[in-house]
Amino acid sequence: MNRLLATALLPLSLAAFAAGEPEINVVIEGHKFAPDRIEVPAGQKVKLLVENKDSTPEEFESASLRIEKVIPGKSKSTIYVGPLKAGEYKFIGEFNEKTANGVVVAK
Amino acid sequence: MFATALIVFREVLEAALIVGIVAAATRGIPARERWIGAGIAAGLVGSLLVAGGAEAISQLAQGMGQELFNASILGIAVVMLAWHNIWMSIHGRELAQNARSVSDEIRSGAKELSVLAVVVAVAVLREGSETVLFLYGVAVSGNSSAAPMAIGAAIGLAGGVAVGWFLFAGLLRIPLKWFFSATSFLVLLLAAGMAAQAARFLIQADVLPALASPVWDTSALVSNSSLAGKALQGLVGYDAQPSGMQLAFFTTVIVAIAAGMAWARRRAASSA
Repeated sequence: MNRLLATALLPLSLAAFAAGEPEINVVIEGHKFAPDRIEVPAGQKVKLLVENKDSTPEEFESASLRIEKVIPGKSKSTIYVGPLKAGEYKFIGEFNEKTANGVVVAK
Repeated sequence: MFATALIVFREVLEAALIVGIVAAATRGIPARERWIGAGIAAGLVGSLLVAGGAEAISQLAQGMGQELFNASILGIAVVMLAWHNIWMSIHGRELAQNARSVSDEIRSGAKELSVLAVVVAVAVLREGSETVLFLYGVAVSGNSSAAPMAIGAAIGLAGGVAVGWFLFAGLLRIPLKWFFSATSFLVLLLAAGMAAQAARFLIQADVLPALASPVWDTSALVSNSSLAGKALQGLVGYDAQPSGMQLAFFTTVIVAIAAGMAWARRRAASSA
């Protein structure tokens, strides 16, 4: 089924190649984001490389960034952000909302 | 326990609302319980598979597999809902007039029901897989023992199902004369909302541009992280800060399905 899915999605995935966004590393560890304050340039698309070092899955969720992405335990994911207007955009780890929260600051 | 209950409730809510609408929309079609039950069961099995394969799915398509998977299954649901509404615009009146003397095509409404069973399965699968992942995380992190987690999950599930049931029961109170127009309208909004959510995933995957984002911001009024926001998101794809692309998808699907319904009604009238 995976191969079928991959084949079906291939034409779409080719469009996903994009070049040249700034990349920022974010780590999830102990159900916390590090850094929990992510500064990005305003008006530009940015690539967050999120690594979940916990053994449990986390869901990166932000209503204002319009992102909802499960990051399985012990894995890395890419999240595209923006281009954003200058301002602050909160995000949470939905599965551990109490500790996992942060803000993207666009300047 | 309370946190677990709330998260499970939030996830179950969206699926339950969709199942409530589908259950109402298939009123009067024989054997619908069996099909809806099959849809829920398939969705639950799918939830476990998707949760188990979450990492594999994530790694497809240069790490954008999850987004494309979500967009694809939402797309399938949109097509099924469109099919339902067009079918209903031909047979709805007949169903409303007399449930006992329906035509053979309705009596053997297996095609219509299998289409909606897919919608139910997709709704349960999307929310269910997230719930499974969340509960798995709680279980293995060992921060809370099994009993309160299970109780919390059960309370959340029961709460979500109850809301879906209230929606269903409320819809059934609509007089038969307007009943199928009302459910078709809800299904139309549901389909458009799912298309808008699919658009959001395609933007997230960087496949589509956002186009003017956000077009407006009503997050101070109803935020997407509130329960009302979640419910509205499930019903009509509500987004407090929608992008232009989401609105374009929403509008296109409304127009396309409405045109399809009008065409089917005209065809049915000329052949009658």
